[in-house]
Amino acid sequence: MEPTLFRTRRDRKLGENMAVRLEGVTKRFGEQKAVDNVSLEIRDGEFFSLLGPSGCGKTTLLRMIAGFDTPDEGRVIIGGKDMTEVPPYLRPVNTVFQNYALFPHMTVEQNIAFGLRMKKMPRDEIARRVQWALELINLPGYEKRRTDQMSGGQRQRIALARALVNEPEVLLLDEPLSALDLKLRQELRVDLMNLQERLGITFIFVTHDQEEALVMSDRIAVMNKGRIEQLGPTEEIYELPKTAFVAKFIGDSNLIPAQALEPRKVRTPIGEFVLDDEDTLTPGQEVLLSIRPEKIRLFREKPNLPNVFRAKVDDIIYTGSENQYVLLADGQRLMCETLNQDIQEPGHEEFTYDEEVWVALTPEKLVVIQGGVEGSNPYA
Amino acid sequence: MREAATPWERLRQMLLTIGPGAFWLGLFVLIPTLIMLVASLMSRGSLGQLVPPFGLHNYLRFFSDPLFVEIIGRSLWIGFWSTVFIMLLGYPLAFYIAQSRHKEVLLLLVVIPFFTNFLIRVYAWIVVFQKEGLLNGLITAFGFPPAELLPSTLAVYVATVYTYLPFFVLPLYAAVERIDWSQLEAAYDLGARPIRAFWEAIFPQTVPGLFAGFLLVFIPAVGTFVIADLLGGGKITLIGNLIQLQFGSAQNWAFGSAASMVLMAMVLLGLWLYARTQGERGLYKLV
Repeated sequence: MEPTLFRTRRDRKLGENMAVRLEGVTKRFGEQKAVDNVSLEIRDGEFFSLLGPSGCGKTTLLRMIAGFDTPDEGRVIIGGKDMTEVPPYLRPVNTVFQNYALFPHMTVEQNIAFGLRMKKMPRDEIARRVQWALELINLPGYEKRRTDQMSGGQRQRIALARALVNEPEVLLLDEPLSALDLKLRQELRVDLMNLQERLGITFIFVTHDQEEALVMSDRIAVMNKGRIEQLGPTEEIYELPKTAFVAKFIGDSNLIPAQALEPRKVRTPIGEFVLDDEDTLTPGQEVLLSIRPEKIRLFREKPNLPNVFRAKVDDIIYTGSENQYVLLADGQRLMCETLNQDIQEPGHEEFTYDEEVWVALTPEKLVVIQGGVEGSNPYA
Repeated sequence: MREAATPWERLRQMLLTIGPGAFWLGLFVLIPTLIMLVASLMSRGSLGQLVPPFGLHNYLRFFSDPLFVEIIGRSLWIGFWSTVFIMLLGYPLAFYIAQSRHKEVLLLLVVIPFFTNFLIRVYAWIVVFQKEGLLNGLITAFGFPPAELLPSTLAVYVATVYTYLPFFVLPLYAAVERIDWSQLEAAYDLGARPIRAFWEAIFPQTVPGLFAGFLLVFIPAVGTFVIADLLGGGKITLIGNLIQLQFGSAQNWAFGSAASMVLMAMVLLGLWLYARTQGERGLYKLV
């Protein structure tokens, strides 16, 4: 395994044991490969996200862990046991469905008790656990309510309780927040994180919302066209994208085509740049440089920094907390974000339309992406 | 909401809201039923017209004659079993259609028989069941002696099931179509094996459709007379045949009305008993 450059969320220590291991899993629907030879390991107690655009195979992958779909090739190992062919009702996992899939003909209590009833647990024990689950999701007193009388956020929490009350080894969440409005989504993110930390259950979270994945996950697997583009701790995914797809899908990124001149020097349409010590390239090699908009520095006076060039402010987007500048330099467009701090010190100035500015690209923040521009537009 | 509406205004509001519905129901349900009720209490004149005296004599006659009681019993019996067969066939069929890729085509196939007149469809069964008919052709082709299939109770059952199957399938299909199938997966996920998952997660959601289909099939199946007439060869007399006879050749509208009222009372009694078993909710649902 490669050395981990970044720590997991909140510096958490994860278990040594593997909760879930996928070995060369492939799933075809007709000619199309929905999941293409995916291998990964998810550790005990981890908050793991599968992130990607719709149709990337993340839900199919989750369904194979749940047991609703069987892989055409490869193995699914849960808690150290091969569960590739085991039906869903015998797996130690539970699922929170995207549309909640609550039983409309049952009360809240009956919904939550369903899994325990299937396990033939004694009645008083079921009642006790249902009570525990209702307190867990902050809905005590709702036992006799019918689920169709409840709001989206409440139903979402009942679906969560219905799954968690069974004490699964792994909880699978299929875009559980996507149907809710922004404010509620943000609240539930925090609730989910706290719950996961408190219960210590492994969460596998499927989402297309990169912010959701960044906020909650220990590690993220970014998926595209049935394959994993990149897998790593959250910060690593954001700071060191390995492919153009990841750079563009997670946050925003400027991609600049470049040709290596020396092991740590490249030529681009906007000038020659030096790179960080860790990068080594073969002269003549074609690569892409990726730099995040907030990592570009702008100056009115020429600063004494490496990788400095002139650009013109083509457009300004004011978002309240940020000023976003669209810069033009030798035909190359660059997005740049600065905090709206309202101070006019060097490095913090505000600029106007058509102003000529000095741009500095810090060598350590220029990420080299091997391979071409292919897939650089995740929405294409 | 405005406050203190005058009585006139409230009347106006009522007429505008429930008025039209109440009007049609009164015109086509309440008034005809009342007419029949009155007729059932009258007597037959010498020319077959309705004349006084009023009294319960038609009802007394109906229940004092074991023949009539047997007829209504047989009607309920045949109607009940036809409905059971229809449910056994129609329940899986509704599910099959609801999850099929070609549900429009299949639904059309269910509805297509209605394009042909009911009588013609019943006559078509004669072609199937008669001595030199399709079925006997098949039987003799395999070397068996031809069977006496017409008239027979079997033919009555087959034709009844055939005729009323769509009335069961369509309302049930509407209920099945609305089911969210991820609930079945949720049940598996929570540890239910396939049959249990279906029984606990899906079946309860089909009960209203099942009940609606039952009513739509059972009531006309009990009251039918054409099928028994044509395929039962006059040997199988149902309550429908009796009523038809009284209004037709027997020219005793008063007794026919009484028989109709008895049939209606039987069906309503059945429904009421069912609702009682379901508790207060059941009665409410029924309405």
